[in-house]
Amino acid sequence: MLRIEDLHAEVDGKEVLSGVSLEVPSGQTCVLFGPNGSGKSTLLHTLMGFGQYKITKGKIFFMGRDVTDLPIHERARMGMGILLQRPPNIVGLQLKDLVNAAGDGHLDIDQTAKGLQMGPFLERDVNVGFSGGEIKRSELLQLSMQEPCFLLLDEPESGVDMESIDLIGKKIHDLLYDKKGCGWEKGNRSKSALVITHTGQILNYIDADCAYVIRGGKIMCKGRPRDILRDIQEKGYGECIKCRMVKF
Amino acid sequence: MPDGKVLRKKAEEALKVRGTYGRDYELENYETASTDREQYESLEDIATEQRKTMTDVGVLPNAEGRSGSLIYMDNSVVHSASSDQGLELISTKEAMAKYDWLKDYAWRAVAVDKDKYTARAFLEDANGYFIRAKAGKKVEMPVQTCMMIDSNKRTQNVHNIIIVEEGASLDIITGCATSGHASESLHLGISEIYVHENGTLNFSMIHNWGKETGVRPRTGIELGKNAKFVNNYVIMKPAGSVQSYPTCYLNGEGASAKFNSIAISHPGSEIDLGSQVVMNAPHTSAEILSRSITLGGEMIARGRLVGNATDIRAHLECRSLIMSEEGRTLAIPELEAMFPDVEMTHEAAVGKIAREQVEYLMARGIDEDAAVGMIVRGFLEGSIRGLPESLRQEIDEAVNMANLGN
Repeated sequence: MLRIEDLHAEVDGKEVLSGVSLEVPSGQTCVLFGPNGSGKSTLLHTLMGFGQYKITKGKIFFMGRDVTDLPIHERARMGMGILLQRPPNIVGLQLKDLVNAAGDGHLDIDQTAKGLQMGPFLERDVNVGFSGGEIKRSELLQLSMQEPCFLLLDEPESGVDMESIDLIGKKIHDLLYDKKGCGWEKGNRSKSALVITHTGQILNYIDADCAYVIRGGKIMCKGRPRDILRDIQEKGYGECIKCRMVKF
Repeated sequence: MPDGKVLRKKAEEALKVRGTYGRDYELENYETASTDREQYESLEDIATEQRKTMTDVGVLPNAEGRSGSLIYMDNSVVHSASSDQGLELISTKEAMAKYDWLKDYAWRAVAVDKDKYTARAFLEDANGYFIRAKAGKKVEMPVQTCMMIDSNKRTQNVHNIIIVEEGASLDIITGCATSGHASESLHLGISEIYVHENGTLNFSMIHNWGKETGVRPRTGIELGKNAKFVNNYVIMKPAGSVQSYPTCYLNGEGASAKFNSIAISHPGSEIDLGSQVVMNAPHTSAEILSRSITLGGEMIARGRLVGNATDIRAHLECRSLIMSEEGRTLAIPELEAMFPDVEMTHEAAVGKIAREQVEYLMARGIDEDAAVGMIVRGFLEGSIRGLPESLRQEIDEAVNMANLGN
């Protein structure tokens, strides 16, 4: 689904990604761990194509196509979708107009919004005055209408209360798993994702297949998500990386 | 109204007085456009070209959903009709002849000697519309009027008087336009608006002037106790030089005024829009909201709130987007207070569209042009609630036509 080769990127002339290589196979979910400032969000934003991040070297392949220089909206139309941690406010633009434009019209906005408890927010200006949990639900509403096949999720559980985490976690699960099909096909995961998490709470809702640890703009190790999370929680990032780098 | 001779003397003395703001026009270079145009029984009888000019600024030729229509072409009222018992809609001259008391209103909210433009309108004995909402009557549907210049290198002189009597309510939608062949003309429009105790007036204007047209409206508004006035001013198309600065006097306790201006300044256009609210009575409130874009022309947004009484609330907000290297924008918000017990605020912001916003929408699969269009449309109309549908349509069309993403 996604393959990154030796990706270097800078922000305001300062290198933030220093040779990232990783792969998210089709139908798999990978987790990205890393300390603050390690380049996790930068990596997701660079994959989406946001202009603030300048790629100086390396390639991004999405669904077999080199998308390194592709405009943002074309990546989105190919099936890439991002959940931002801190999306901008857009005064004057109602959420329903954005949600309408994000979908192709076959899903019912009101029903989808209701499922995310976002009905009353449809006529509000996008993100203006939204709480942490409301922002996440607004992002998920947009993604639900957009129906991407590859999700970039930037800390979906940060800044939300326990009850909201449950709702958000279940919705992310729904976004990743195909509800159609029957027999062996039923409940198959049809989509892929790259997920940033600090706490690992989101892992209770999605079966992540692999995890990467990033530090200093480089992938330091790869392993099973629960194992890596446990090591980070028990030993901290430094020890975890030191220990695992040998095996990597 | 003071003695006619006194006014005439004042006007004659003011003929050389330049306007406070905006480019100066030599009035000697303009003859007065016809005061004797053909009359029309029905709006649908008006010739195709002129009818299109009217419909482009929101006038409905079949007058459906309108309580009355009045068309002022060059310097003649060419059509007037009304269907609401609570409404009177005739020419200003007819009204002056009919009502002796109207002398107390004419040239009160706008002084004849304000500048050369008011002086000229007075000395040319300008006609215009007289709209009266009768005491206690709610005029259900909006009145539509159109000020159309149909002769080139001429002045259109207008003197409108609107009176909303005690407890009455009225909506007016006015379209101001220049015919294609009449671009190098001058519109001198005097409007005096009086809203009495517990009266309500919503006044909306759409403009479509020519690329060389000079526009010098002079508007004064007086509000009585608990009167409400909303003014919506929309100019989306190229114009020569527009300079407008209506002044509203809140003279009655509890009165409120709201001015919404939405403007685009195209290359070659000079758009100088302002509003002033003078709060002369306690417990009054005022709001001035201005949203403008320069696409290469000059855009000036003025706003002035004067707190001349206690316990008042007022807010002023000027926001402007610059979408071209060539344009210039200037926001001038002013607050003046004479008493400590006032709550007056203002904010002004000038800048370009945030790239982060555009990219956020692009990440939802929306291409760049459409994303910019959505943001601009939201910027212009989104934060101003309750705009009439025809004004929204005008804004939508302009945003689509302007191809703002490029």
